[in-house]
Amino acid sequence: MERSLSEALLQVSNLSVHFAGRRTLFRGAPPPVKAVQDVSFSVAPREIVGLVGESGSGKSSLARAILRLISATSGSVRFEGVELLGLEGRALKDVRRGMQVIFQDPYASLNPRMTAGQNIAEGLVLQGQSARLIPAAVADLLHQVGLSGEAAHRYPHEFSGGQRQRVGIARALAVQPRFIVADEPVSALDMSIQAQILNLLLDKQEQRGLALLFIGHDLSVIRHFCDRVMVLYLGRVVESGPTEEVFVNPRHPYTRALIDAAPAAHPARRRKRSALSGDPPSPITAVGGCAFRSRCAYAVAECRADVPLLRDVAAGHSVACIRDGI
Amino acid sequence: MTTQSATAEPVLSLRGLAVEFATKGGAFRAVDGVTLDVIRGRTVALVGESGSGKSVTIQSVMRLLKSPARIAAGEILFRGRDGRRRDLARLGEREMRGIRGNEIGLIFQEPMTSLNPLLKVGAQIAQAIRLHRPLSAREAYAQAVQLLRQVEIGDAAARATQYPHQLSGGMRQRVMIAMALACSPVLLLADEPTTALDVTVQAQILRLLRSLQEQLGMGVLFVTHNLGVVAEIADEVEVMYGGQIIESAPVDRLFDRPLHPYTRALLASLPDADAPHRPQRRLAVLPGQVVDPRHLPPGCRFEPRCSLAIGECRACPPVVQAAAARHQVRCLRWSEA
Repeated sequence: MERSLSEALLQVSNLSVHFAGRRTLFRGAPPPVKAVQDVSFSVAPREIVGLVGESGSGKSSLARAILRLISATSGSVRFEGVELLGLEGRALKDVRRGMQVIFQDPYASLNPRMTAGQNIAEGLVLQGQSARLIPAAVADLLHQVGLSGEAAHRYPHEFSGGQRQRVGIARALAVQPRFIVADEPVSALDMSIQAQILNLLLDKQEQRGLALLFIGHDLSVIRHFCDRVMVLYLGRVVESGPTEEVFVNPRHPYTRALIDAAPAAHPARRRKRSALSGDPPSPITAVGGCAFRSRCAYAVAECRADVPLLRDVAAGHSVACIRDGI
Repeated sequence: MTTQSATAEPVLSLRGLAVEFATKGGAFRAVDGVTLDVIRGRTVALVGESGSGKSVTIQSVMRLLKSPARIAAGEILFRGRDGRRRDLARLGEREMRGIRGNEIGLIFQEPMTSLNPLLKVGAQIAQAIRLHRPLSAREAYAQAVQLLRQVEIGDAAARATQYPHQLSGGMRQRVMIAMALACSPVLLLADEPTTALDVTVQAQILRLLRSLQEQLGMGVLFVTHNLGVVAEIADEVEVMYGGQIIESAPVDRLFDRPLHPYTRALLASLPDADAPHRPQRRLAVLPGQVVDPRHLPPGCRFEPRCSLAIGECRACPPVVQAAAARHQVRCLRWSEA
């Protein structure tokens, strides 16, 4: 019983991230941009959780708030039982070592003026690895991500996109994390390279027992890769559940629209259903009630009243929509 | 339908097109002997990864190549509205200006690179129309608003009075399409027009392009790196690798019976959004890196990554072979696939 409480590696509760609007000379401070609103979820050890949504849905803000790269407005983020929000200095550094991030653009986490080896060694130094052992450890990490030891002497710009992402993964693995946020890690890569990187992430996840929060917009990748999936719309989770359950039996009209919009895998299966109309709304011009109702084919008058709460529709499957049987 | 398209005169025919880049390290060909046809009312997808030469091909048709790139060989045969066939590779800039934006429309990945941020969208489209049409300002503006309606922009008259930055990404892409269609082109070139968009907006834009093509009957040459987009929009597919077309076929045929080991590996490596989740989640992997056109292998350009490669593949570059009617492949071993 006691064990089950501590089973979550990461526990996010009621997390909100608001950005203050910029005050200008002629206009008072505008209302804050609510990028993430009241998001709760957990990630178990070894679990791969997918996060999908359109641009402006808040997926990157949510990930950055969990990593404490931006500050949350309210809520709680517990990693291995330790509350991260409010933690400072040394204590924060210690906890953070257990979590790493891989960005779409590996340049975001690699110092362009340092060689691949120096970039990777930084994490080893942080761990207190003795200087004498570092070159061998760097070479070992490079091998683990499918690069030769010679790559240690090259600078980030000397690699192809796929190789650079491998260096980014080696850098993330250097500190022995238990949890990695992968923010669109293959979106910028060539088709033939995407599968290489996805397989590499799976290898490392299995070998090291890592948990992953996988952010993506490509639903075929999410379906293939993730154990569970969360769908974000304007900063709120509108549906979450086991991947297969969500894809086969999507309960939120938005999830269904996203699945319908994904390009077909074969011309014979071209989408004939009508595409979702309109653009993803902006978090700046938020409306009351269900945020999706302006684009929803099933909206009724009640959708205007309150923000729909997440409710369970099956084991581990919840949806924030008041309509049923649609 | 097949017989009609087989006999129809192509609006665009590339014949052995080669584009050379002169660099300090020596010259290399980013496009090397590309031959293809685009027929009116049909969409040809040019699909490839980075360095495949797909975007350079489109830029050469528009004659937008900048130094150090130049057309080194081949013909770009374009049949305009008057039915005359001209080789765009040999036209001067003055004549090209009469064709660009008039008989040939172009849409890019990033609309902001082709829209003027200081001009309201209605005025920009009207300006583009008046460049090629003897219309009054008022007539051109009315036509611009009509075009915005045609690309399914709601409240077109009001939108026409807005600046590009006031529009969403999907809306800007629609404005750019309206501008490309302003003079009823016979050929539309599209360079990754949906790559920067959300999937929901991508689906809208692809549907719009299909319906506009049905209404207007133009030929479309659509460059993309995304095989899902190819499955959605193409009639014919040309697969590029290392500056060459390595396989071409009607879209259904290409997805059903891909013959080149590269095409087969690519299709196998894609996760299928319609396939159930499997516990064994490894994807089929194509090993190695995308070929760099500056350092080409002596034989087949795909040979270093190919699981079927034999000695002959290394010895000399393979020629294009006809595997079936309208299905061509540049591989020695295609029949063993």
